[in-house]
Amino acid sequence: MKNLLTIQDLRVYYYLREGAVRAVDGVSFFMKRGETVGLVGESGSGKSTLGLSILKLVSSPGKIVSGKILFNGNDIAGWNEKKMRLLRGSRISMVFQDPMTSLNPLMRIEEHLVETIRTHQKIPKAEAKKKASLLLNEVGIPPERGGDYPHQFSGGMRQRIGIALAIALNPDLLIADEFTSSLDVIVQFQILNLMKKLKASHQMGLIFISHDISLVSEIADRIALMYAGQIVEFAPADIFFSEPLHPYSEGLLNSVPNIELSDQKLNYIPGMPPDLVRPPDGCRFYPRCPYGEDICRRKEPPLVQIEKEHMVKCFRYDGKKSRT
Amino acid sequence: MKYSISRFIVSNIIKNIFPRKGTEYFVLVGFILVLLIILMAIFAPFIAPYDPIKKVGEILERPSGKFLLGTDGLGRDVLSRIIFGARTAVLVTFLAVSISLSFGVLLGLLSGYTGGKFDTVFSLVMDAMYSFPGLILAIVLAAMLGPGILNTAMAIAVIYTPTYFRMVRGLVLSLKESLFVEAARAIGAKDRTIVFKYIFPNVISSIPIVLSLNAADAVLTLAALSFLGLGLPAPTPDWGFDLRAGHAYLASRIWWPSTFPGLMIVILTLGFSLLGEGLNEILNPELRR
Repeated sequence: MKNLLTIQDLRVYYYLREGAVRAVDGVSFFMKRGETVGLVGESGSGKSTLGLSILKLVSSPGKIVSGKILFNGNDIAGWNEKKMRLLRGSRISMVFQDPMTSLNPLMRIEEHLVETIRTHQKIPKAEAKKKASLLLNEVGIPPERGGDYPHQFSGGMRQRIGIALAIALNPDLLIADEFTSSLDVIVQFQILNLMKKLKASHQMGLIFISHDISLVSEIADRIALMYAGQIVEFAPADIFFSEPLHPYSEGLLNSVPNIELSDQKLNYIPGMPPDLVRPPDGCRFYPRCPYGEDICRRKEPPLVQIEKEHMVKCFRYDGKKSRT
Repeated sequence: MKYSISRFIVSNIIKNIFPRKGTEYFVLVGFILVLLIILMAIFAPFIAPYDPIKKVGEILERPSGKFLLGTDGLGRDVLSRIIFGARTAVLVTFLAVSISLSFGVLLGLLSGYTGGKFDTVFSLVMDAMYSFPGLILAIVLAAMLGPGILNTAMAIAVIYTPTYFRMVRGLVLSLKESLFVEAARAIGAKDRTIVFKYIFPNVISSIPIVLSLNAADAVLTLAALSFLGLGLPAPTPDWGFDLRAGHAYLASRIWWPSTFPGLMIVILTLGFSLLGEGLNEILNPELRR
């Protein structure tokens, strides 16, 4: 099967007065049609920037410096604004983190949907309205409420509206940036289930950006773990959770609180992520890594292919396991 | 406009026909004063007892039953002149405010949204205009453009354009970074759509207050220009001009040709100011106690 999205050695820098912040620094991963990639990492690891750069929405002073973004086989990294605009919302769409501010406060939600549909399809307003009410129904909002303004909805409902907007044109790929983070746990679960259902019925690929690894485990087929602007481990979800290879993956999974364990101590990874203006020469995780060796400090670790679809950026696996 | 701001203002005014607080009386009083003068301007030919530019009596007749507010130095009815003068005042104010509003808002939107060099240049030009004393700028322009309704209106409009520009640009700068604008971009909306459908409606709610306060100021500026003879050509009834013509007789205790036009200027300015301040109070929740 052909890949829906392949990202090769993507670099996105923010040019500030202090220097270039390497928010995304040589990232590669891929996903197939209909799959879900969980893009996980702590705050500032570059996962949101990576999400935005797939839509080429990184705003100044940010810039895509190099790399390829192959979407359905076309390298969209070189596309101009006009071509990108046709893609945005129709083939690739996005759900935002904060449903409270991602809707225009002065537009009825129906207008939001009609606007989205009519941006890409030249159909009469009445027809777009019909489509809008079907969409609202699909995400569990009574279509009668289409005439209401965003402030008349709760956070969970607004996120449902955000999802309706994102799936309005049956995109091939949906990027969801922390889209459940501002909701409470119960609503999070409902929205996540809704997303699973819609993903299956619309055959969409999903990039689920989150810092919440337990939430990601609910939905992802593949995990891409980011640290300091780089993907340190990319693996099928089941393998990642049962047998994490990178020391950071290991540390992260160990620090998920478990209420079944009696000891009350919270595990965490000591230290802080590095400064992305002047990242360390060697491995970026070296200062916090429990297995750090001398080579890690001097040289950047290679991306080691463990199995066909499993990659780790660490010296510990370099040459140790068979490459296929 | 489908958006609710106009409806909101109207409903607030209606609600405030029976005001509860002192400040809410302001809006009502201001609104009534402005409305009365606008009606006076519209129906001037029906209300005015005499032709405002013809000699209808002796010169400088005292107020009497025949001439309620007396006659001026050329024997024209002062009452008729101030009624027709409302036309000049309302028309020039309306034009001046409309011109400055259109240019200020449009340039503010463009400049704020586009950013970059375009924005820098326009901001500098507008700031330069803003830093100039308003009346002096208007005098220079009025003298250059010559008399006439549109010319005077333009001379006045130049003073207020930067006010709208600065306000709108500031709002656009913060709105264009907001998440819903980014979301609009993510659905593939064009820049034009983003500016007029997402940004503009969120800007207009701040306009009525500034508009009303500027109108008050414009009335005064017009009066000043006319007073200095830079307003409209001579026989046109104009409060500022009549005030000037009448003030020569004040020394001989002939007060009516100047007092009544002056009073009208005060009333209209007061009306717009009260309206603006009151609206500010009602529409701006931060000022509410």
